[in-house]
Amino acid sequence: MRYLPLTQSDREAMLGVIGAASIDDLFVDVPEAARLDGPIHDLPMHASEMAVERHMSALARKNLTAGEAPFFLGCGAYRHHVPASVDHLIQRGEFLTAYTPYQPEIAQGTLQMLFEFQTQVARLLGTDVANASMYDGSTACWEAIGMARRITKRGKAILSSGLHPHYVSVAKTMAKFTGDVLETATPTLSADTDLETLIAAIDKDTSCVVVQYPDILGRIADLTPLADACHANKALLIAVVTEPVALGAIKSPGEMDADIVVGEGQSLGVGLQFGGPYVGLFGCKEKYVRQMPGRLCGETLDADGRRGFVLTLSTREQHIRREKATSNICTNSGLCALAFSIHMTLLGEKGLRTLAQINHHGAASAAARLAQVPGVELVTTTFFNEFTLKLPQEARPVVRALAERGILAGVSLGRLYPGEASLANGLVVAVTETTSAEDVETLAAALEEILA
Amino acid sequence: MSINASGWRPEAPVAGGKASPTVTGNKGLMLEEALIFEIGDSETTGVDFASSPSPLRGEGPSGTSLGSLARTTPIGLPGLSEPEAVRHYTRLSRQNYGIDLGFFPLGSCTMKHNPRLNEKVARLPGFADIHPLQPVDTVQGALGVINELAVWLIKLTGMYGVAMSPKAGAHGELCGILCIKAALEARGEGHRKVVLVPESAHGTNPATAAFAGFTVEDIPATAEGRVDTAALKARLGPDVAAVMITNPNTCGLFERDMKAISDAVHAVGAYVYCDGANFNAIVGRVRPGDLGIDAMHINLHKTFSTPHGGGGPGSGPVVLSEALAPFGPLPFTARYADGHIALIEEETAGDEHPHTFGRMTAFHGQMGMFTRALTYILSHGADGLRQVSEDAVLNANYILRSLEKTLDAPFAASGPCMHEALFSDNGLADGFSTIDVAKGLIDEGFHPMTMYFPLVVHGAMLIEPTETESKAALDQFIGALRSVAERAKAGDISLKSAPHFAPRSRLDETLAARKPVLIWKDPGLAQAAE
Repeated sequence: MRYLPLTQSDREAMLGVIGAASIDDLFVDVPEAARLDGPIHDLPMHASEMAVERHMSALARKNLTAGEAPFFLGCGAYRHHVPASVDHLIQRGEFLTAYTPYQPEIAQGTLQMLFEFQTQVARLLGTDVANASMYDGSTACWEAIGMARRITKRGKAILSSGLHPHYVSVAKTMAKFTGDVLETATPTLSADTDLETLIAAIDKDTSCVVVQYPDILGRIADLTPLADACHANKALLIAVVTEPVALGAIKSPGEMDADIVVGEGQSLGVGLQFGGPYVGLFGCKEKYVRQMPGRLCGETLDADGRRGFVLTLSTREQHIRREKATSNICTNSGLCALAFSIHMTLLGEKGLRTLAQINHHGAASAAARLAQVPGVELVTTTFFNEFTLKLPQEARPVVRALAERGILAGVSLGRLYPGEASLANGLVVAVTETTSAEDVETLAAALEEILA
Repeated sequence: MSINASGWRPEAPVAGGKASPTVTGNKGLMLEEALIFEIGDSETTGVDFASSPSPLRGEGPSGTSLGSLARTTPIGLPGLSEPEAVRHYTRLSRQNYGIDLGFFPLGSCTMKHNPRLNEKVARLPGFADIHPLQPVDTVQGALGVINELAVWLIKLTGMYGVAMSPKAGAHGELCGILCIKAALEARGEGHRKVVLVPESAHGTNPATAAFAGFTVEDIPATAEGRVDTAALKARLGPDVAAVMITNPNTCGLFERDMKAISDAVHAVGAYVYCDGANFNAIVGRVRPGDLGIDAMHINLHKTFSTPHGGGGPGSGPVVLSEALAPFGPLPFTARYADGHIALIEEETAGDEHPHTFGRMTAFHGQMGMFTRALTYILSHGADGLRQVSEDAVLNANYILRSLEKTLDAPFAASGPCMHEALFSDNGLADGFSTIDVAKGLIDEGFHPMTMYFPLVVHGAMLIEPTETESKAALDQFIGALRSVAERAKAGDISLKSAPHFAPRSRLDETLAARKPVLIWKDPGLAQAAE
């Protein structure tokens, strides 16, 4: 077996040192009834590298990839071009095969990278501080709700109807077990967000309001009045960003006085990967730092007075605090955070702003073109790189019909909100720098045919 | 004068005596690296675009608009050109220790070799470049991977079902505990509030139980390093929801009474959660399902070789007993007779899966880890996986017996260990502890063992070699640890300031926590503000 260095004579020599007659003697503590006497039946035996690659490649070929088709899906995962150097660098063995930096003297590479990542994320989200990553946006969102409960000592969270329905589902799952009360609603197919409704719903029991920016239909709205209303009631504003590239073009939630800003960092460096692994972003105001979940990297000095970095404020964490920890999170998303950080460093201020412009212009032109398809109506008027169309019929069968033509047309709201008749005709379309004008024309022409 | 195999004479003196400090702080190949904020600027970029659109104003083309939200202030992001960026991150990487560089015996973390075929497969566009919300007919291969891996995990553990979506071990623990809570509530026994956790457990166990709203109670360990079965049985009762046990446990020992414990727990109507972090010790030789387990998470980033990446991403599928499977989370896959694989989500769960506790994460879990783990599993096959646990256990016992005369091994007398060997700091000179041994090992070119865990042993040193180390590598480590341990027993003061040859000497963690500096601030601006 190519991954196992011990030879049979090594094994015999080692058993001799141990003083055991056979390997079985090392498993004496396992009750006899539970010991298997040979390989588990009904499973294949070991295989060569070539055979395994062939098997996996055959499975890979059964998928229609984004690169093979005009591609318009978003809703929490976006296709962006990732520079080749990102994937090269994250595969350096010293990053790829390192562990959580528990021995900081020999983990400064990971630690300095995390310090840079935290700073990039805090600046992007407009928060004072950010942590070293969460699993993904949806779990970061739930952790933020829990953090708001601890800070405000109140148990009612108001979730905007524009929050990604999977994020709402995750929060509902967790609330079932923690006793939090969640106020939720389904979105309406209109240009306006539910900001006014949210403001009206805040009361003295509200721990936080959770609002997505841009929201699930692609809409953007000024969060400042909402932040003011939250703060007037001593509640927190949690903003959720599922498309961080947007913040290259629009104001950050932190600038609009959000208290906690979480996000999905997948857009930068990580790739689509069928939903994971992704990287959760988590930033907040400095005064709440000791209530944050997850790892934090901090600057310090070594015994010789040189700058260095360590994991810090661990008294919040499970390995120290056990049942009193702020979260049970341990392993987070370090390598995806590295990919995010490298991509962000390559872009820089100038690159991110340009990228955001290209995305917005592309989306605006695509929206204008698709709105010309007879029967199609553009619902969202204020958006970044994702907008919602209202089709003259249910969108799900249309998406399927377009997939059969090799076009991945977007996300039907029927898929995200099954059973919601008012949303069934909605189609959310994302446009990034990877979308060409020809792609848009192909989609528009196919839509015209199918809807005719 | 001895000359080693490469012709290098270890005793060769440095010409001219002691080296003087360098002006750069670099030491030959050991290179210092500044922060991106100190070397980059807002004008530099390492990415070219095909077109350069006109700047964004409030009014965009075609009547759409960013309204009043167009960004007006700089973000403050430094950029680097590609050569600068490649050099920055390459230099940072060289300050890290990884499995690729050497022996990494971090107990409970299973730092085994990460096969590169896994990386190649995960990057096939058919897996890397597909969107989680594509129509299911366009992602049958991806759903096929999830399904095939699920079948393997079920058969390897002898369990009934598996929840694939948890994002890491602790998320998997949460999944299992939520299944238990949902099952109890469905039985009208939501009043059971206590989860029993042995004191040797990982910190995530009590944190998870508390996160899910349970009260955590400790169960003591015996002098032999195992769960005190009598104490556990005495505490069982109608208020107990579950017992969380790690098996093999964190002392590196198999819980011999596991089946009896499970039976006793079931007899009072509670469930058994098993922390599967140490599955590497028994994969292919013991099926947890045969021990009466109801739920166990599997760290794909431990047993099944997906890379740790400096702290994730992990992946923590949870195998479930027949009693708990109906409560497992969405989404999951189901293969039909015609080979079509369906994705069961909120919409389709309906009548077939009405008891699900819901969704734990957006999308389908750690697909990139599933492809890697399945590649690893297919490479080993049923026979190779059995060999994995045998070699892992053999390597650990070899370390235990080679060092038990040098270091105190509190449980060595009771018999063989499983996949990790546990020592304590008893016998070191006054004022010397595990951390000094660990830092001495860094100077010898090794990553230290897990320190001060489990808590049941004073100054614990938990050494997990894994099966991917050769006998020569183990011998070299054993020789080095023996030497460092003898120095610590003799009170060699130079160990107190080790490491001496790492990129940094000991870092001041107290300073970091007392005045947290969590993000970089421009010193010029910071000064101006004061």
